[in-house]
Amino acid sequence: MTPEMFRYTLKRLWLGVIIVSLAMMMLFAMIYLIPGDPASVALGPRATPAMVEALRARMGLDQPIWMQFVHFYGSALRGDLGTEVLSGRPVLTVVMEQLPFTLALIGGGISWSVLLGIPLGCMAAVKRGGFVDRVVGVLSVAVIAVPSFVVAIYSLLIFAVALEWLPAIGAGEPGNLSSQLEHLILPSLAVGIGWVGYIARMVRASMLETLEASHIRTARAFGLTDRRITYSYALRIAILPTVTVLGIGIGQMLSSAVFAEIVFARPGIGKLVYEAISVRNYPIVTGALLVTTILFVFINVLADVVIGVLDSRVRSSFN
Amino acid sequence: MLDQALTDFPPRRRERLAATKNALKRILRDPLGAIGLTLVVLAVVSAVFAGVLTNYDPNRISPMVRFAPASLQHLLGTDHLGRDLFARMLFGGRIALSVAVGATAGSLIMGMVLGLIAGYGPRWLDNILLLIFDGAKSFPTVMLALTLVTLSGPSLLAVVFVVVLVSVPGYARIIRTQTLVMRSAEHVIAARSMGASTGRILRVHILPNIVGPILILASMDVPSVVAIEAGLSFLGLGVRPPTASWGTILNDGFSNIRDSYWILIAGGLPIVLTTLGFTFLGETLRDVFDVRLRERS
Repeated sequence: MTPEMFRYTLKRLWLGVIIVSLAMMMLFAMIYLIPGDPASVALGPRATPAMVEALRARMGLDQPIWMQFVHFYGSALRGDLGTEVLSGRPVLTVVMEQLPFTLALIGGGISWSVLLGIPLGCMAAVKRGGFVDRVVGVLSVAVIAVPSFVVAIYSLLIFAVALEWLPAIGAGEPGNLSSQLEHLILPSLAVGIGWVGYIARMVRASMLETLEASHIRTARAFGLTDRRITYSYALRIAILPTVTVLGIGIGQMLSSAVFAEIVFARPGIGKLVYEAISVRNYPIVTGALLVTTILFVFINVLADVVIGVLDSRVRSSFN
Repeated sequence: MLDQALTDFPPRRRERLAATKNALKRILRDPLGAIGLTLVVLAVVSAVFAGVLTNYDPNRISPMVRFAPASLQHLLGTDHLGRDLFARMLFGGRIALSVAVGATAGSLIMGMVLGLIAGYGPRWLDNILLLIFDGAKSFPTVMLALTLVTLSGPSLLAVVFVVVLVSVPGYARIIRTQTLVMRSAEHVIAARSMGASTGRILRVHILPNIVGPILILASMDVPSVVAIEAGLSFLGLGVRPPTASWGTILNDGFSNIRDSYWILIAGGLPIVLTTLGFTFLGETLRDVFDVRLRERS
């Protein structure tokens, strides 16, 4: 790693830390400002004032606000996000148990979007203005527009309930990879389909730009085939913007994953939070938000670093 | 005001009418624009005239006709409580569109104010605001929505608040960039040298020049607002049952997915058509009116 690259990485990381702290401050402010007391929310309407008071003291809500914030921030730094109200288990453990399921789902979504989006974008760019280009154009706008949870519900209805091609609920037997993959197909399609559209459009746009470049013209002058030029020379450069966008994409797929998990009754962060809401298990909700936010911010940092490695122009513009 | 000469002479009514007509023609020439405009008009008309278009009360339960398939009596069939789905779909559109309009207007106004402050104000304030925008944008939308709704209890207002919170940073950033560009534009410098106040410069010389593209962006954001409202209502965290919303209809359909699929159609089809309509229209508007935005996609 060159010193320049190292400095750039450090700077991005530092910015990530600042953004996460800021997000935590906002989260804290929201918890504080929103009417309704966390203790009475957690206990429900039938709690006596004495019970509420006792829980407030245990949660530290009777202390001055700045003390609460320092406490909140300090314990989050130590990885202590509080304990679950019902079972008394640490929130971080509960959330981390569910995280792999959600990450697998997002991974599936990325696979769909990359495997479909890149070839579609290339095909559209190569025959610019042709039939394929127009169909891909309209379709990618359409899949971006339609909300992912509607896709999830309809794909469940069509492929699992009506046609019975694929399983409807759960994540598959533990340890049985093929069953797990089978259970992943529909939910990950719902998570990734919007990004098929984004990636197809991005690849198309940057491909059109790259195909004008002089080294491509040279390759063409040497008589290389169109296919060879597109896929092994132009794509290598045209794919760069996709990497950064995928960083943002993972954050949005996290949102879609919440719905996909609930619709397909899969374990994961979304289902965890959804179930926590119905029993007012409030530390789980904020803890999961914090974990996913940190994840999202650092994935974006990672995407920036990767793009910095791939493209020296980005690096210098940041310094 | 001295700087009056710097603003465009207000076009006369007939000219404005001709310009609108011309724009409409250009939108309709693109098939995607024509489809988009049709769908948007359809969504708006069916929401506004929901009471005229159906004789059924969307919340009236009739146990005799549970799970009735589509027929002339019940255009989209009935749900598990025998409620007419066509009526529920129409009235659900009112919720979806009013949330979309309210939340988008709220985010636009807040985004404009913050963006103008960041772009025209002192440098340190700009830096702080930029950090705040980044912080607010770093939450995954649905997780943030779930948290806020847990804290405040499910309501339409909470949904609107979530939408405003997640979309203000985007608008504010674009307004800020445009303001930074405009602030050193010649006509703004001229106005300043004639002694125009900051408020007047922002209102008369900067805002009108940047508002057009932002409105187009806002129309393209309507689908995500519709999605957030329907999604939260689907989870039972937005509109409370029995009020009809496309999300609550979907929830009813999802609970009865093995008995009937038409409840899912009544809830999902309007979401699909509305989001497609606004997106197609927004794309066409962008292509027709604004070259600058084209690079953004």
